[in-house]
Amino acid sequence: MRLIPRVTALAAVLCCAAAAHGQATAPIKVGLMLPYSGTYAGLGNAIENGFKLYVNEHGGKLAGREIQYFKVDDESEPSKATDNVNKLIKRDNVDVLVGTVHSGVALAMAKAAKDNNTLLIVPNAGADAVTGPMCGPNIVRSSFSNWQPGYAMGVVAGQKGVKRAMTITWNYAAGAESVKGFAEGLEKSGGKVAKDLNLPFPNVEFQALLTEIAAQKPDAVYAFFAGGGAVKFVKDYAAAGLNKTIPLYGPGFLTDGTLEAQGAAAQGMLTTLHYADNLETPRNEAFRKSYALTYKANADVYAVQGYDAAQILNAGLVAAKGDLAKRDVITAAMRKVTVDSPRGKFTISAAGNPVQDIYLREVKGINNEYRSVAVKALADPARGCKL
Amino acid sequence: MDFATFLVQCLNAVQYGLLLFLVASGLTLIFGIMGVINLAHGSFYMLGAYLAFGLAPLFGQQFLTMLTVGVLLSALFGFVLEWAFFSYLYQREHLQQVLMTYALILVFEEARSLVVGNDVHGVQAPQWLAGSFALGGLMAYPWYRVFASVACLVVALALYWVVNRTRLGMMIRAGASNRDMVRGLGVDIRMLYRVVFAGGVALAALAGMIAAPLSSVYPGMGGSVLIICFVVVVIGGIGSISGALVASLLVGFVDTFGKVFFAELSGIGVYLLMAVILVWRPEGLMKRGY
Repeated sequence: MRLIPRVTALAAVLCCAAAAHGQATAPIKVGLMLPYSGTYAGLGNAIENGFKLYVNEHGGKLAGREIQYFKVDDESEPSKATDNVNKLIKRDNVDVLVGTVHSGVALAMAKAAKDNNTLLIVPNAGADAVTGPMCGPNIVRSSFSNWQPGYAMGVVAGQKGVKRAMTITWNYAAGAESVKGFAEGLEKSGGKVAKDLNLPFPNVEFQALLTEIAAQKPDAVYAFFAGGGAVKFVKDYAAAGLNKTIPLYGPGFLTDGTLEAQGAAAQGMLTTLHYADNLETPRNEAFRKSYALTYKANADVYAVQGYDAAQILNAGLVAAKGDLAKRDVITAAMRKVTVDSPRGKFTISAAGNPVQDIYLREVKGINNEYRSVAVKALADPARGCKL
Repeated sequence: MDFATFLVQCLNAVQYGLLLFLVASGLTLIFGIMGVINLAHGSFYMLGAYLAFGLAPLFGQQFLTMLTVGVLLSALFGFVLEWAFFSYLYQREHLQQVLMTYALILVFEEARSLVVGNDVHGVQAPQWLAGSFALGGLMAYPWYRVFASVACLVVALALYWVVNRTRLGMMIRAGASNRDMVRGLGVDIRMLYRVVFAGGVALAALAGMIAAPLSSVYPGMGGSVLIICFVVVVIGGIGSISGALVASLLVGFVDTFGKVFFAELSGIGVYLLMAVILVWRPEGLMKRGY
């Protein structure tokens, strides 16, 4: 029985050697917390694909370090968010968190990231608070804030001579933030929002409010809806004949991904977003080609946001030469980066949100075609952020 | 609000109420007469909408034929479902019924995801209903909405006739008030239940098919309908067809005018109505079986 101590000793030596070795080359653990089931599953997959595309373009490494993925399906369920994010932080000990789509879940992730001082990159969720009151040096967003497309649309509407507008949305945070952005943009360019209409989420019985719009006859209507609600609203608006007399504006989410279902009702509609279907830049075309070759699917705005999340992480890691211990170097570099995104170059604000061009797009067939830059280098006001 | 706008809003309220009735009538039949809390009822509505999405290209302009085929298919589906699952539930507690029908929701959602995917799809209204007419210079009103209201009225009348004027209806009413006595009188109550259940599923699916061109089809569309249907059933009196009709119209009016006048509180208007009516008449507006 003298063998056992010897084996133990040998094992201990080997372990220490492995650990010492691991210090230099152990992979960086990236925790992907995204929706892989439910309504947003497609968005979660696109984000993951985009992220991995960038990493694979660099030989599966960022700053010379292998990337190891840990995945959790967040189910877009805020009530499970804290448990889910703790699986990644506490159980898997990830170095970086990437997620998510749903704003309520993202806020829980931001809280956990702050409490545990984990790096977090948000690849979609637009809640203003993520880069507002919840902001932190370790939190960066690669997508947008709800305020941004709304504000840009407001500016455009004002330039088109809209003096008196109405807004309509579901009675929830994302809608309120988007509508607030629109009102600010419109006021900036000479108009005013006369009335905000809203209905409880996810109610899709719009007829009463459409009648209200018809009776009030505003110069324009700004609507924030997504998914099935967006399709129904745009169709109901057209069926009521309102699109002929009162232009309907919205953020890109009103038309993105659902144009096939909206059909004729959406044609000619103007929306604003940080991406468009036919941005004919070499960077975008190269990205789309690479994405299509790898995944046999067309890239969308979510894939771009995932791709850019990886770019931002890379910038931080390169600055620290892959050494995660140099946290301050990493977080500073992630703020200083100019991201060469398929959407166009953008920078990161002090609060951690992209400072980016917002495009005006027009619906043509099943595409949101680029028309012009609505607002150049638009920065979120980051209200409540003390950075 | 001027008078013309008021009238249009009334029209909106009636139209919404009628469509609600179509879904809720099936639920009140199943809930009231068979005593099963069927959370999967919203899924039958979703099933109908996806049926319309699947069948529409096959039938082209033959919209009414498509509705008929869809109703027959969903009735058959309901028949099989009752035989396979629900027939085991009558003697069980409500909790077990809730658990199983909730499980069915998950199964239906996942099946929908596997078969059709998670995208939002539009369903075209047939050409002969595609237009709209001007409503007093205020706005256009699509013919399809008129068609939907008329279809719901026809179904309401047909249901009234079946329940109050036919032998089947008599058995249904009798079963609702005392099922043991009905069984004692030699009525095959199991078959009766199976037929009622199939009818309930068909009604929900028909509502889904009629709603599909209005609302497009999308994941989770059954969930929002389910809750408001339970409200209608509870207000109207569990198991009462005419109660469901009155309650649907009430809910339609409260919802429509609530949105216009009390936008901030519109989410609770319907539930407030339910609370008030339950305090006033704990049994709901009407007695079961009528």
